[in-house]
Amino acid sequence: MDQKYWNFIFIGISFAIYIWIAVKSRASSTKEYYTAGGGVSPLANGMATAADWMSAATFISMAGLIAAKGYDGAQYLMGWTGGFVLLTILMVPYLRKFGKATVPDFVGDRYYSKTARGVAVICAIFICMTYIMGQMNGVGVVFSQLFSISLTKGVLIGSAIVFFYAGLGGMKGITYTQVAQYCVMALAYTIPAIFIAIVLTNNFIPQLGLIGNYTASGESVPFLQKINNINESIGFSEYTASKLTTLNMFCITAALMCGTAGLPHVIVRFFTVKDVKAVRKSACWTLGFIAVIYLTAPAIGAFSRVNLIDKLNDTSYKEAPAWFKDFEKTGQMAWVDKNGDGKIQYYGPAKSEEKTSSPFIGKKPTYPPADSPESLLIGAHGERLLASKTDPTNPNELWFGADIMVMANPHMAGLPKWVIALLMAGCIAAALSTAAGLLLVLSTAISHDLMKNIIKPELTDKEEVRYARIASFVALSIAAWFGINPPSAFIAKTVAFAFGLAASSFFPTLLMGIFSKRVNKQGGIAGMIAGITFTSAYIIYYQFLNDTGTPLLFGISPEGIGVIGMLINFIVAFTVSAFTPAPPEDVQRMVRRIHNPSGAGEASDH
Amino acid sequence: MEDQDTHQDTNETSGGYRKASLRILFSLLTIWFIVSFGCGILFRDWLDQFTIGTAPLGFWMAQQGSIICFVLILIAYAILMGRLDEKYGYSEKSNDKGKETK
Repeated sequence: MDQKYWNFIFIGISFAIYIWIAVKSRASSTKEYYTAGGGVSPLANGMATAADWMSAATFISMAGLIAAKGYDGAQYLMGWTGGFVLLTILMVPYLRKFGKATVPDFVGDRYYSKTARGVAVICAIFICMTYIMGQMNGVGVVFSQLFSISLTKGVLIGSAIVFFYAGLGGMKGITYTQVAQYCVMALAYTIPAIFIAIVLTNNFIPQLGLIGNYTASGESVPFLQKINNINESIGFSEYTASKLTTLNMFCITAALMCGTAGLPHVIVRFFTVKDVKAVRKSACWTLGFIAVIYLTAPAIGAFSRVNLIDKLNDTSYKEAPAWFKDFEKTGQMAWVDKNGDGKIQYYGPAKSEEKTSSPFIGKKPTYPPADSPESLLIGAHGERLLASKTDPTNPNELWFGADIMVMANPHMAGLPKWVIALLMAGCIAAALSTAAGLLLVLSTAISHDLMKNIIKPELTDKEEVRYARIASFVALSIAAWFGINPPSAFIAKTVAFAFGLAASSFFPTLLMGIFSKRVNKQGGIAGMIAGITFTSAYIIYYQFLNDTGTPLLFGISPEGIGVIGMLINFIVAFTVSAFTPAPPEDVQRMVRRIHNPSGAGEASDH
Repeated sequence: MEDQDTHQDTNETSGGYRKASLRILFSLLTIWFIVSFGCGILFRDWLDQFTIGTAPLGFWMAQQGSIICFVLILIAYAILMGRLDEKYGYSEKSNDKGKETK
């Protein structure tokens, strides 16, 4: 049976399940729409949160980024999981006890000010928008792969699907759909990894394969030794070596951690369980489920790198495997025959005097328009020609996007077709579950926090839900546009910025709100504004405006600057609070109250 | 212990409970810092002289070990806090369902 049919069967079945669940558990009230009525079991909530958490970026790009970065990829692994520990220990039980539906609700009440609530709403929208762009791009990558269509069409199809079922179900529908999506994702991620681990290391547990021996070619060498040798022989630095300064690595990891702890769409998830005790239990389940995938990712990254280099390097194009040509068609892999020998050569920066390793000039390949004469489209060996100028300073001829590592993996290992189909279904589940959760928070931020609590307090429940649906449509359209024109080459990088912004705004503001009775309205607002302004200015400057390479501040790259933004937020907030009067007595009482775990009651929505 | 009788009226925590819960919080965060930033980044090079399986320990801590520790930390947190709640009578069962949220 053809691959296409397998794909359709697997994706069709998974979609049927999602829609069936979404229809079954349709929201009937605003409370169900926002927090599923507060009665989801810890286990189910754990799975749903894990699915919400694991975005398309995690699923599709993380293993690829780890494969490309080696040791440095640990910043994502530790950052995202370690941040979850912060979230559970420092934030969630207290916010659950506070008992309102959204994060801006807490900020608004704790800092007793509409301005604070307004700033929080804007931060929430900003963070969710940055994050959702990465998801839409991810959906686009999968669909373009699936139907061999352009990225633009892929993004549009994906958006239509997300809008359909996020608008339908509200939080209750989304929660139960995400339980199903987690199962699909976990199977789709681990099954190919197990197959590949057996082939490469003769060990059916991928994590043990990573610390075991490479046995595929008859010899038996430590696996990490093998990948280090491969990297060095073609001019990359050792896989296990760090390419970043310790300070930079520290800052990026810390920014991802604190950002994770301040992500509004994850915090909201814990408002759907019964009480504080269930919150703690639910968090254990969530991290356990997340760990299943996060512990597999480094193994997939390392395995696929060995496989890719083994299969492609020094192979003549005519004999290259069919999947390489498929990825070439969709523009996710490219080959430039620099030396005209008809063979694919893959080299790292150490093989060139200028320390470059891109086959062409620019970050991504560009292609001549489809109606150009054939001599511009197809090269001497049948390869797809690029419009991009060849970079003559290095001998490397191969380009591939980090995003495809996971998707090309089963092809590379020659796995059965149904495994590839399952992987496709998993990618889509990952993107859909996160996009739906984000969309819900976005629409809530606009309808509940902005419209109802700031602009039009007389809004009825029904109107509020309608505003929520309109808001999700607008948000999705913007997200789709950015999904087609992503501001950064890697999906995971786009998402990293959302974390930087969350680290510099929500995390410190919530932390001070929960643990300090002294930080007041003026301090909270000033801190939030200072933190987010600094961080976004730094990121925008280095990401969009600065092509000439002004040296980075303290050598910290834009992904890690959220930590400095967070410190600025703390300093500004405490300084301003010290010179202005303490918060009123009822707010101080509220801070004491949220430290008592009992009597959380139901999450109320107004 | 001193406010144990009054906490249900005011719904505020007693000093003893708050102190004990902060102690749990700080000790777990210390472990959290050591296994991630400590073993995975700051002392990674030193740890690499040891191996687990065939992998250098520092590298393994950064990519695998820290995540396993994180899960254990959360389990410990749920158990320790659950015990503390029981000791101070905050656990949901001993308390008739609080309804103070408006």
